[in-house]
Amino acid sequence: MTWLSPAEWTAVLLSLKVATWATAASLPLGVLVALALARGRFWGRELLNGLVHLPLILPPVVTGYLLLLSFGRRGPVGALLEQVGIVFAFRWTGAALACAVMAFPLMVRAIRLAIEAVDPRLEEAAGTLGAGRVWTFLLVTLPLILPGVVAGAILAFAKAMGEFGATITFVSNIPGETQTLPTAIYSLLQVPGGERGAFRLTLVSIAIAMAALLLSEAVGRRVARRIAGRG
Amino acid sequence: MSLEVAVLHDFGGFRLDAAFAAPGGITALFGPSGSGKTTVINAVAGLLAPDAGRIVLDGAVLLDTTAGVRVPASRRRVGYVFQEGRLFPHLSVRQNLLFGRRFAREPAAPAEIDRVVCLLGLGPLLARRPAGLSGGEKQRVAIGRALLAGPRLLLMDEPLAALDGARKEEILPYIERLRDEVRVPILYVSHAIPEVARLADTVVALAEGRVVRSGPATAVLSDPAILPAAEEDEAGVILSARLAAQHPAEGLSELALGAARLTVPRIAAPEGARLRVRIRARDVMIALVRPEAISALNVLPATFEGVLGGDGAQVEVALVLGPGERLLARITRRSLAALALVPGKPCFALIKTVAVGHQDLGVFEERDG
Repeated sequence: MTWLSPAEWTAVLLSLKVATWATAASLPLGVLVALALARGRFWGRELLNGLVHLPLILPPVVTGYLLLLSFGRRGPVGALLEQVGIVFAFRWTGAALACAVMAFPLMVRAIRLAIEAVDPRLEEAAGTLGAGRVWTFLLVTLPLILPGVVAGAILAFAKAMGEFGATITFVSNIPGETQTLPTAIYSLLQVPGGERGAFRLTLVSIAIAMAALLLSEAVGRRVARRIAGRG
Repeated sequence: MSLEVAVLHDFGGFRLDAAFAAPGGITALFGPSGSGKTTVINAVAGLLAPDAGRIVLDGAVLLDTTAGVRVPASRRRVGYVFQEGRLFPHLSVRQNLLFGRRFAREPAAPAEIDRVVCLLGLGPLLARRPAGLSGGEKQRVAIGRALLAGPRLLLMDEPLAALDGARKEEILPYIERLRDEVRVPILYVSHAIPEVARLADTVVALAEGRVVRSGPATAVLSDPAILPAAEEDEAGVILSARLAAQHPAEGLSELALGAARLTVPRIAAPEGARLRVRIRARDVMIALVRPEAISALNVLPATFEGVLGGDGAQVEVALVLGPGERLLARITRRSLAALALVPGKPCFALIKTVAVGHQDLGVFEERDG
C-alpha cells in the first residue's frame, strides 16, 4: 500500500491495534455482563443494564470527558492505576479503553440476545448428567451462543474502528500514539490539500468495514451449520 | 435400591403433597395431566426445590428441608430422560452419549459404552447430529446418554408421549431391556395405562397432588378407582401369566393363568416366560351357561364376586377366576338384572382373543426378588 503516506499508514495500523485490543479485552466481561442481564435475578439488574447502555445514549464527548475525569492522571481510578504502571491518559491504551466503553453496549446486546435464545432446559439436562454450572456454561451454553458472541465481537470491532468523539476527548489526537483512522481523517480535512489523504483513508475504512462484515457472515454461517447438524 | 420421597409444594392454587417409597425395578408414577407427577420427579432430580420435603436414595439424603440439605442436581447421580429428549444440538450423537461420562464417579469403560450402544441400537447413529434423528431415535440416544453418566436411579418423564403408536412400540422393548438386563432402577412418569401395565413393577397413583394408591402394579392397576374419568374405558385388570404353548401356524399363543388358559395373539417369547396381560373390563362378557359355537376362543369358568361401581347404564363387576385371580367386566345394568348375578354365582367370562393387543402384553425376564 505504497499510495498511503507513512503517517496515514501509522493511523491505519494504530486503529487496527486499538480496535483489536478494545474488542478482545472487553469480550470476556461482555459475556459475563450479558449472562448476568439475561439470566441473573439480582438487585440492581436494571441499574447495571442502564449503566451498560449509557454510552450508547450519551453524547460521545460526555463519555470521553467522564473517562478523562476518572481515568485521567488526576482521576481517582487513573491515579490508582498509575501506581501499578498502567496509564490511559493520552496513550493508545486510552484510545482502546474509550473504544471499548463505546462499543460495549452493542457487544452486550448481541450476546444477550443469543443467551436468551438458548433453551434453559438444555442446561438443566446438562446438570442431571453431572455437569456443574461452570462446565454447563463451557460445554453447552457457550457453544450455543457462539454465533452471538462472534456477531457481538465484530460489531464491537467495527464500532471501535469508527469511534471518534470519546477518543478525541479522552486521549486527544496525537499522531503515532492516539491518532486513529477517524481522527486522522478529521485532521486531514482541517488542512488545505488534505482531501486526497482523507479520501484514501476513507477507502481503507470502507475496505476494513466490508471485510469485517463478510467475515462475520462467514463465521456465523459456519457456526450455525455446525449447530444445525449438517457440518 | 430404595428411594423414599416426601414432597410438599404449593403452586398458585395447586398443592402437591405426596409421599411414597420405590423399592426398585420400574416404579410408575401414574396419574392424569396436572396431578403433580412431573413436579415429583423434578424434585427428585433436583430441578425443583419443593417448599418442604425429604428425599433419600439408597441411604443418601438428596433433600431434607428441615435439615437444610439440598444436593445440587449435578451431584445427585440421578439420570433423567426428558419427554422431549433435550439432546445437545451442537454435539454429535457420540458426544451426547459421552457427555456425562467425564463427570461420572466411575467413568464407563469402553466395553460398557459398547454395551449401551448395542443395547439401544445406536451404532449407526453415532456420527450423526440430533437434528437429523427421528423422534424414536432421539429418545434412544437420550436414554443412552442418561445411562452412561452412571446414575443410581433413572427418571423418565413420559418418554413416549411425544411419539406416535409405531414409535412407541419401537422404544418399549428397549425400556424393558433396561429393566431386565441393565437393572437400573427407574422412576417412570406416565398417564397411559398400557405403558404402565407393560413396564411397571410398582405403581404410585397420583391425583390432584396426592398419592391415591401405591403398591404392586397388578394390584394398583386393577383398581378402577385410580382411573381418571377420561380413561374409564381403560379400566381392567393386570394378570400374571406364563406362556404355556405356542401355536405358530395359527399365529396364537396360549397363556396359563393359574388353572385357566387364555389364548392371545402370538407373542415372541419362549415357553415358560413370565408375562403380564391386561384385560380391559369392556372386553369381557358374562354368560351363565358355557356357550357353544361361538367365535370367542376364551371361555373361562368364574364366580361372580360383586358390583364394584359404575354410573348410569353401566356397571363394573368383579369375577373370580381362581385364588388371587380376578377379572373385571363392564356390563349394562339391564344384563346385571337379567342374569340375576349375585355374589357366589358361577358363570363364564368370555374374552375375544383379538381384544387382547400387543400393547396389552408385557414380557418380564426372570429376576431374583
